[in-house]
Amino acid sequence: MPNDSDDPSRTGSSSCRADPGQEGMGRRELLKAGMGTMAALATLAGVTAPLLSLRDGPSLDEFLQRHYTQLTPEMMEKILARIEHEIAFRYGVKTSVRDYKPIPDVEFAYALNLNRCNGSRRCVYACMKENNIPLDHPEQAYIRVVELDNDSLDLEEGNVLYNHDQVPQEGKYYIPIQCQQCRKPPCTKVCPVQATWTEPDGVTVIDYNWCIGCRYCMAACPYEARRFNWSRPKFEPEQINPDMGYLSNRIRPRGVVEKCHFCLHRTRQGKNPACAEACPTGARVFGNIRDPKGKINFILKNKRVYILKADAKTIPRFYYFFDR
Amino acid sequence: MLRDYIVFLARAFVLSFSGSRLFYAWMALLTVVAAIGGHVFCRQLVDGLELTGMTDQISWGVYIANFTFLVGLAAAAVMLVIPAYIYRNQDMHDVVLFGELLAIAAIIMCLLFVTVDLGRPDRFWHMTPYLGKFNFPSSMLAWDVVVLLGYLLVNVHICGYLLYMKYLGRKATPLFYMPFIIISIAWAVSIHTVTAFLYVGLVGRPFWNTAIVAPRFLGSAFTAGPGILIIAFQIIRYYMGYQISDRAIHTLRNIVTASLLINLFLLSCETYKEFYAASSHSSSARYLFFGLEHLGHYYGKLVPWIWTAVLMQLAAGIILIIPPVARKIVFLNIACVLANIGIWIEKGMGMVVPGFVPTPQGTVVEYAPTWSETLICLGIWAFGLLLFSWMLHLAVPIMMGKFSFRDRVGVATEAESKAYAA
Repeated sequence: MPNDSDDPSRTGSSSCRADPGQEGMGRRELLKAGMGTMAALATLAGVTAPLLSLRDGPSLDEFLQRHYTQLTPEMMEKILARIEHEIAFRYGVKTSVRDYKPIPDVEFAYALNLNRCNGSRRCVYACMKENNIPLDHPEQAYIRVVELDNDSLDLEEGNVLYNHDQVPQEGKYYIPIQCQQCRKPPCTKVCPVQATWTEPDGVTVIDYNWCIGCRYCMAACPYEARRFNWSRPKFEPEQINPDMGYLSNRIRPRGVVEKCHFCLHRTRQGKNPACAEACPTGARVFGNIRDPKGKINFILKNKRVYILKADAKTIPRFYYFFDR
Repeated sequence: MLRDYIVFLARAFVLSFSGSRLFYAWMALLTVVAAIGGHVFCRQLVDGLELTGMTDQISWGVYIANFTFLVGLAAAAVMLVIPAYIYRNQDMHDVVLFGELLAIAAIIMCLLFVTVDLGRPDRFWHMTPYLGKFNFPSSMLAWDVVVLLGYLLVNVHICGYLLYMKYLGRKATPLFYMPFIIISIAWAVSIHTVTAFLYVGLVGRPFWNTAIVAPRFLGSAFTAGPGILIIAFQIIRYYMGYQISDRAIHTLRNIVTASLLINLFLLSCETYKEFYAASSHSSSARYLFFGLEHLGHYYGKLVPWIWTAVLMQLAAGIILIIPPVARKIVFLNIACVLANIGIWIEKGMGMVVPGFVPTPQGTVVEYAPTWSETLICLGIWAFGLLLFSWMLHLAVPIMMGKFSFRDRVGVATEAESKAYAA
C-alpha cells in the first residue's frame, strides 16, 4: 500500500488547517479540497433530485398544525378553509369540510343480523362512495365481507375475495367486518403520538393531519380494520363526495392511516351511516346504546348476540346477532 | 479549554479526509451505495410507500425487520462492557470502545430504518414531548424512541469523553464515565426488551404475543453483535495496526457460543409450543416453517428462508461447540458469518412478516421487498458502515497515542499514514 507520510504538502495542509494561525495551503491541496467539495455537492444534488417533483408536500401551515385537541375554534376554521382550498386546487372540486362534534349523551353502537346479510357488498360500495375511497383501490374499503360455510365460525376458512353471479350462495353465510369501535381499543393505546383516540360518542377517530404513518395501530388491530394511504388517492371530480368531516371522510393525505368512523359526519347529524342505509336486507341496525328503548338495546336483550374475537377483550361496540 | 476542543474538532475533521488509498476506496464505495439509497428514499418521499412491497395486510416489512436486528447489535455492546468495566478484564478493556462505537452506528441505523418506514417523516416532531403529543408511557413505540435516544446519548458521551481524555493525555475521571457505564448496561438490556415488547404487546398477533420474544431477542443479539465484532477486530488489527489480543477474540467466542446455544434452545421452545399444541394461534408459525394452504393456493415464500436460517445457526453451533475447531480463526469466522446471517433472517423477516400471516380476518397474503426497499436498506447499511469506519478512523489513532494534543502540529498525518499503511 502506498505510504503518503513523506509527501510534504499533505503534512502542510493538515497542520495549517488545524491551526488557523498558519499560512494558506498549497495549490495542489486547494485543488483537491475543491474537487472534493464539488463531488460532495454533486452527490447531494443527485440524492435529492427526485424531491423536485414533489407535488403534495405539506404547506408551512400544515407542517406546523397542532394536535386536534389543542386547536381553538378559530384555528379550526382556518384549517378547514385551508383543506377546502387544497382539495379545490388538487381535484378541482368545491367541497364543504366541517368539524362535527359528538352529540351529548349519545354513544353509537352497531348490530348486524347475520341471518339477513346476503353478501351483496352493497354496504362496501356505499361506504367507498360516501367516504371518498378511490374505486380503483377496492382493497382500501373499510368493510370487508367474509364468506363462510354454514358449519364454520373460523375466519381462516373464510373467503373475502368471493366473486359470484348470485348471492347468497347455497350453504354459505356472510360476515361483514369493519372497525369494531372497541371500548378498550388496542390501536389507540399503541399510537406514539396520540393521533388516534376514542371520542365521547364511542367512535375511534384519526387526526389525518397528526398521524405520522408508523402503522403500529394496524399491527395492533385484532380486526384488520385499518388501512394505510400507500399513495395519494386519485379521483375523477364527479367521484368525490363534497360533504366532508375533518375526522371522517375528507380526502386523506398520502402516508396516513384511516378506517371506519361510523360515518360521523352523517351520524352526528342524526342520519344513519352509509352502509346501514345501503343494506338491501335490513341486516344493519345502527343506534344509540344509551337509549334504553332504542333498537340496539332491544337486540342486545332479545337476540342471540355475539362479538368478534371476544377473547381479545377489546369489548367492541359492534355486535353480530342471529334472528333464529 | 474550549479552544483546545475546537482545535481537536478541526484536526479530527482534517484527519477524516486523510488516509490511504484503500481507505479512500472503501469510503467512496460506501458513499456511493449510501447515496443510491438516499436517492431512492427521496423518490419514496415523492411517490409514497407504494414503492414498497408492503400492503394493508402486511404493513411492516424489511425496514422494521432490519430495525429489529440492529437494535440487537446495539444492545450487544453490553457483552464487552460488563467484562471490561465490571470484571476489569484487560483484554476487553482494550476493545470495549469498539463495541460502543458499533452501538452508536447501529442505533443511528435503527433511527434511519424507522424514519424510512414512516408514511409522514415530516411529522417526526409530533413525537417531541411538550411540543408534540408524545404518547408516553402508553405506547411501546414511544418507549422505544426514549430508550434508543437515551442509549445513543449515553454511548456518545462515554466514547466521546474517553477518547477526548486520551487525546489530551489525561487520565479519565471515573466519576464522569463510570455512572454512565452502569446506566448503559441496564439500558442495553432495556432497548432490546422494549423492542420485543413492541411486538409482544399486541393481542391480535398471537405469533408475537408470547413472553419468550424478549429473551429470544437478547439471545440472538448477544450472538450477532459479538460475532460481528470478532470479524471487525481482525480487520482493525490487520488494516489499522491496533493490537488486539487473541484472548479478546476468544472471550467473545465464548460469549457467542453460549448465546447461540441459548438462542437455539429458546427457538426450539417456541416451535415446540407452536407445533405440539397446534391451535389456530399456530397458523403463523405453520406459515413460516411449512407454508399455508388457503382457498386452494399454497403460500410459502418464507419457508426456504427460515430453514436456511435454522440450518446456518445449527452449523455455527456445531462449529462453536467443538473447541479445537472453533479455536481456528477461519472456522470461527465462518461460524460468526453463518450465525449472523441466520439471525438476521430469523429475527428480521422471519419474525416480522409471519406475525401478519394469516391476517386477523383470516386471509393469507405474502410479502416480498421491492427493489426500492432493498436499495434503501442497502443504503442505510452502507451509511452505518461508513459511520463505523469513520469513527474507527478517528478512534484508533487516538487510542494508539498517534493523534494527541501534544503533537498537534504536523504529526497527525504521520500518525494516520503509519496506522493505515498495511
